[in-house]
Amino acid sequence: MATDVMPVAPNKAVTSPRPGRRSINVFSGLSHVALVIWAILVIFPIVWTFLASFKTNTELFGDHPLAMPQNFDWSSWGRAWDKAHIGLYMINTVKVVAISTFLTMLFGSMAAYVLARYTFFGNRAIYLLFVSGLSFPVFLALAPLWLTMKNLGLLGTHTGLVLVYVAYSLPFTVFFLTAFFRTLPTSVGEAAMMDGCSHTRTFFQIMLPMAKPGLISITIFNVIGQWNQYLLPIVLLPGDAQDKWLITQGIANISTNAGYEADWAGLFAALSMAIIPVLIVYIIFQRQIQSGLTSGAVK
Amino acid sequence: MRHGKLTPAALRKYGFITSFLAVPVLLYVVFVVWQYIQAFQISFTNSRGISPKFDYVGFDNFTQLFQDDVFWAAVRHHVVLLLAMPLITIAIALFFSFLLNLGGGQRNGRMVGVPGSAFYKIVFFFPQVLAVAIVGVLFQAILRPDKAGVFNSALGAVGIDPVGWLIAPGLALWTIIGVMVWQAVGFYVVLFSAGMATIPKDVFEAASLDGAGRFTLFFKITIPLLWDTLQVGWVYLGIAAFDGFALVQVLSVDRGGPDNATTVLPLEIWRNAFTYSKYGVASAMGVALFFMTLTFAVLTLRVTRRERIEF
Repeated sequence: MATDVMPVAPNKAVTSPRPGRRSINVFSGLSHVALVIWAILVIFPIVWTFLASFKTNTELFGDHPLAMPQNFDWSSWGRAWDKAHIGLYMINTVKVVAISTFLTMLFGSMAAYVLARYTFFGNRAIYLLFVSGLSFPVFLALAPLWLTMKNLGLLGTHTGLVLVYVAYSLPFTVFFLTAFFRTLPTSVGEAAMMDGCSHTRTFFQIMLPMAKPGLISITIFNVIGQWNQYLLPIVLLPGDAQDKWLITQGIANISTNAGYEADWAGLFAALSMAIIPVLIVYIIFQRQIQSGLTSGAVK
Repeated sequence: MRHGKLTPAALRKYGFITSFLAVPVLLYVVFVVWQYIQAFQISFTNSRGISPKFDYVGFDNFTQLFQDDVFWAAVRHHVVLLLAMPLITIAIALFFSFLLNLGGGQRNGRMVGVPGSAFYKIVFFFPQVLAVAIVGVLFQAILRPDKAGVFNSALGAVGIDPVGWLIAPGLALWTIIGVMVWQAVGFYVVLFSAGMATIPKDVFEAASLDGAGRFTLFFKITIPLLWDTLQVGWVYLGIAAFDGFALVQVLSVDRGGPDNATTVLPLEIWRNAFTYSKYGVASAMGVALFFMTLTFAVLTLRVTRRERIEF
């Protein structure tokens, strides 16, 4: 191993190349190869999907599925947008995720603030109630949740889905933000209260702006989590509510249908449409997204 | 503030607390807590969801489960997932994050990664922001069993015959694990990088001065000092190993096939509830899944507990 040959006398190292050098170079060469291979493994399927949206079925299933498309025909994108309703699913998803993330952040930060900053009977119990939600798999609640939503008449509605998204996002949001509010200094809020600021106003005008870094991380976490949700939409927005569908279930459905209708280019166009906006947002905000998603784990 | 006496200030305080907690707690109790409680209750009934009437059947659902081959197939798959997926992901991610943060040796007195580190971190992390369902559809095309599949086409270029990635019963689960690893590695590269950034640079400096090579730096310094982060990563991946729903449902043939070779408990819960309307059985599976996840989390935290190294 290289470690055995590394410790050589310094004066010797000056005159002759160190014996460890060669093996280090081989190692560093191989490690570069590994990095490049993984980068290709990540990039290639996505680029291929994008290019495949311009291909004909003959090109896709011919002898050279890896070749470039012969001409860039955008008609498959039009079919995916209109006929496969990708446009509608996208708008639905934006609507649901925007409202439910906003409500998650509002209710989550309200609860977390009170739990972090006020002493009252039941504080600890409510906090534990929220945090214990983190240890239950959502699959356990699936059957009763469907029955409840059906009884409340919320099955197949965006209202129902938003309420469920908010409720299932609360445990982690409250857990994270409670810890965050505890780290903020108490003096500023106290000073505001002394000056006659109400509890509510202190929260909205003083504490929330101070908590901005934490709020941004957890907002990103919730937006990505809710945008990528697949299980809850397919359970709570069943087949008879197809005009309410979200992007993930729409894409999965097209992939089932592409086999029947033989519109493979349309499927790849739909996939590209789902991937490209996420890619653009990711490239712009990659630093915040990386820290937002990992912050939960590092805490 | 004195206790026991409701001054106007105390009234305002309690009014404020109540108004801030009412909506979140109500939402959470109705849509989350109450559902989990009901799940335990339903698991002891023969509820089929259509009529509100049902009978308590004791442990019948559970005895039925324990005699069900599909249930045990799903449990076996979770065991394979639990052993293989975290191990492969962590090994690859640890190797990459070491290269990307410390692999470049010393420059201006601090450890740097290999050239291009920032680019690799951005690329590797990207699959993490894609929806699992989208990744599933993406890989359906990539992993087609005939030579039209991208993977098989690339293998064909070097003379390897098409492989039935998802249709060969012995291979399908490993293909699914491969796709999970593909998506997860970047997240753990970033997570471990954040952990490595907190290790003080003089530790590496001192080790280098003492003649430690990169292998020593990796195994003797980095891993012990990163233990807490590794443990968190292990728990996260372990919990993910008990899921797999979206990927298996979208990517595998016949949803969990071929011939139940890739099925997982969440998929069986979904199938029993929404295809067969067997709500009692589905909830019993949910209870089993809950206890499996819980056992895993508690065991991991106990077994991997070590003396924390302060630095």
